[in-house]
Amino acid sequence: MMTKFLSRNRHTVQRLGFIAITMVVIVTIIPIIGTIVFILVKGGSAISLEFLSGFPHDGMRAGGILPAIIGTLYLTLGTAVFSVPLGIAAAIYLSEYAKDNQVTRLIRLAIINLAGIPSVVYGLFGLGLFVLFLKFGTSILAASLTLSIMTLPVIISTAEEALRAVPQSFRTVSISLGATRWQTISRIILKEALPGILTGVILGLERAAGETAPILFTGAAFFLPRLPHSVFDATMALPYHLFVISTQVPEMPIQIQYGTALVLLVFVLTMNVIATVIRSRARARRQW
Amino acid sequence: MEKSLSWREFIITRLIQASGYSAILFVGLIFFFLLREGLPALSEVDASSLLNIRWYPLESHVGILPLISGSLVVTLGAALIAVPFGIGTAVYISEIAPRWMREILKPLVELLGGLPSVVLGFLGILVLAPFLRVFLNLPTGLTALTGSLLLGGIAVPTVVSVAEDALDSVPRAYREGAWALGATKWQTIWRVTLPAAKSGVLTAVMLGVGRAIGETMTVMMVTGNAPVLATGLGSLFSPVRTMTATIAAEMGEVANGSTHYHVLFFIGMVLFIISLVVNIIASSVVFRAKKRAERILS
Amino acid sequence: MVDKIIIENLSLQYSDGTESLRNVSMGIRQNAVTVLFGPAGGGKSTLLRCLNRLNDLTEVKASSGRILIDGENILDPKTDVIALRRKVGMVFARPVPLPMSIRENIIYGLELAGEKRKSKLDEAVERSLKLSAVWDEVKDRLNDPAVALSGGQQQRVCLARVLALQPEIILLDEPTSGLDPISTGKVEGALLELKKEFTVILVPHSVQQAARTADHAAFFLTGELIEYGDGKTLFTNPKQKKTEDYIMGRFG
Ligand SMILES: Nc1ncnc2c1ncn2[C@@H]1O[C@H](COP(=O)(O)OP(=O)(O)OP(=O)(O)O)[C@@H](O)[C@H]1O
Ligand SMILES: [Mg+2]
Repeated sequence: MMTKFLSRNRHTVQRLGFIAITMVVIVTIIPIIGTIVFILVKGGSAISLEFLSGFPHDGMRAGGILPAIIGTLYLTLGTAVFSVPLGIAAAIYLSEYAKDNQVTRLIRLAIINLAGIPSVVYGLFGLGLFVLFLKFGTSILAASLTLSIMTLPVIISTAEEALRAVPQSFRTVSISLGATRWQTISRIILKEALPGILTGVILGLERAAGETAPILFTGAAFFLPRLPHSVFDATMALPYHLFVISTQVPEMPIQIQYGTALVLLVFVLTMNVIATVIRSRARARRQW
Repeated sequence: MEKSLSWREFIITRLIQASGYSAILFVGLIFFFLLREGLPALSEVDASSLLNIRWYPLESHVGILPLISGSLVVTLGAALIAVPFGIGTAVYISEIAPRWMREILKPLVELLGGLPSVVLGFLGILVLAPFLRVFLNLPTGLTALTGSLLLGGIAVPTVVSVAEDALDSVPRAYREGAWALGATKWQTIWRVTLPAAKSGVLTAVMLGVGRAIGETMTVMMVTGNAPVLATGLGSLFSPVRTMTATIAAEMGEVANGSTHYHVLFFIGMVLFIISLVVNIIASSVVFRAKKRAERILS
Repeated sequence: MVDKIIIENLSLQYSDGTESLRNVSMGIRQNAVTVLFGPAGGGKSTLLRCLNRLNDLTEVKASSGRILIDGENILDPKTDVIALRRKVGMVFARPVPLPMSIRENIIYGLELAGEKRKSKLDEAVERSLKLSAVWDEVKDRLNDPAVALSGGQQQRVCLARVLALQPEIILLDEPTSGLDPISTGKVEGALLELKKEFTVILVPHSVQQAARTADHAAFFLTGELIEYGDGKTLFTNPKQKKTEDYIMGRFG
């Protein structure tokens, strides 16, 4: 062992090793940046007011993508309505109330498993429960509920982490001043954990906004000549629309495809950047 | 006033508790509905035809072996990419990179995790597939390999973040001990840090693979969708079809309650069970490793 | 003089098996400073945390015995713990200002108790900050974040936060352990004032502080009450060998 440590070549080995690993990182990073830049460049020329605010026509080969944009907004909001309160409440349970016992371990296992279930299986589940069994039909409601359950593990685990980061002493002091557990949580803990929770919520919703498989059979429409009127209507959505125009419509102008990809990417990246900014600003400001 | 306060407290506590328990409920519900819609497949077609090598549901050939083999080939290819690149990046971020570099790399890798899979599939069709067709001189660029390359990329963020956590939690004293013995940074990484983080890194690989098996849209768009039994690594260069892609492509067109419908749910059930097993094993590995660390440190 | 608190055969075992209190019995006098002292791990903090049922937050394996405050057993499960904690205030070793302004810190407990009238709240802020001898230093910056204060000021604001609730008993767990001698002097000075109105129980951070402040003193060693009596007598003429050893600094 010692002789190996002392071998003369070890610094050469280290240098070669570092070079190799740096190459690995570069090969990993370049495609990420490449993808984003490529789509920004290629799609940029498709963007116009008409494209963003118009309806598709001529078999979607012309016009805009407004219904898909609005649809994705609706689905993201719908997902938020269900998954945010439920996810935060579950995180509060795990961080503030749960004892370290068998049931809690089961809950954690369930959350890990929810995070691992393939998105298309969520689609099947949504079809079985919401569309058919509860008779919501192929609708914004069914799709949002499906996406909510898929988003839940992301929100729960990031929110729990944020709650746990709040110093224990705040809880002890608050309780010692005659606060109940819930008063302590609602007046102090939640406020302090808010940036972390918000980051988790946005990252979860970002994932929901970009997903296609879970909405394929629960709420996505191939083409709708109007905006949805109620939560029981199906809706177009950006990711599904991109899938459709890049694989299902022959002679689709490439410009529209790149444009759609760009809008979806910007939608998702904006959420990602907001989440990152909130997190780093909160870290810088934190007083404990 | 105190009375109403304690009632409020009681109700809120119960609601929060119910929310916590809901995770169990959802996993149960998902499994229940997959069973409910998938199990009838077993009575409508016998097991031998499910294990057939032909998938052509229009003529009642519902052998799922080609789909399973398709998923395996694509996933294996993806793992071959995600493991070295993911672990390499994790090692770089946690052991080698200066602080400012880390602050750039981490969000960038997270960004990759956030890219919608349709966008990657879209670029796969337009850029990667034509390139591979010309470069490898293949009849079509829509092959298992194309899927593997993209899936590998999709699995990388998962591998990086879990593996980096594991490396990060190796106590500093281990490294300092090795340095004190005169080991170089490189030797320390290979002989001390990585072995100490072994179980976490293993978990990272498993979760990455789990992510790859479950990915749907990208593979559906770029693997050519040919339900042919994959027999060897040669299949990497021909079109295949995965379990996930099959469900996504066909569920929209089947009649509810038909045999085809039930078989698709059955495939969903298989996917669910695979992900359950992967995740349970992965989390129990982490759990055991933690236990050991606690013993060492106390 | 009456006993405000009577502790009878109190034992407590944490879930990891440590027996932190073993059969402790003592009476605690009203309007006096009672000091609990002894080496680390003796069970002093544990005893304090029993008196306001703060141990409800930790996992306790077994406990037995009674604690009577004004004749009522507060360990009874039917006790209104919220009211108890308003009556028995606590100051901790390190000052923990809640993440809000000084004023909000002081009125936190009052607001929870349902007090909404601004005049009452203002009055409480001024009265309690004066009692804890920090009014002059903070009166012009009541709306600043409490964390911006010095450690000594923070600790006195924390004391004021407890006083604002007009408790009857005040528990102080090494309240000066992180403070410089001048701040320590100010806190101790405030204590001497406080005992006119309140029952004060103090875990001091040194034997010197114990001797300086104690009307009554109790020596704890690994969960047992070794000796309890009048402060002066105990520190000049301890009856138990163990107490003497500790006071003389002949310990571990
Ligand atoms: N939450 C807890 N869980 C388990 N054991 C505990 C807990 N709190 C205290 N103990 C144990 O109980 C014993 C008494 O602790 P306590 O904090 O009451 O001592 P103390 O006299 O206040 O000591 P110090 O002077 O160090 O503050 C110690 O052995 C301690 O390890
Ligand atoms: Mg103590």
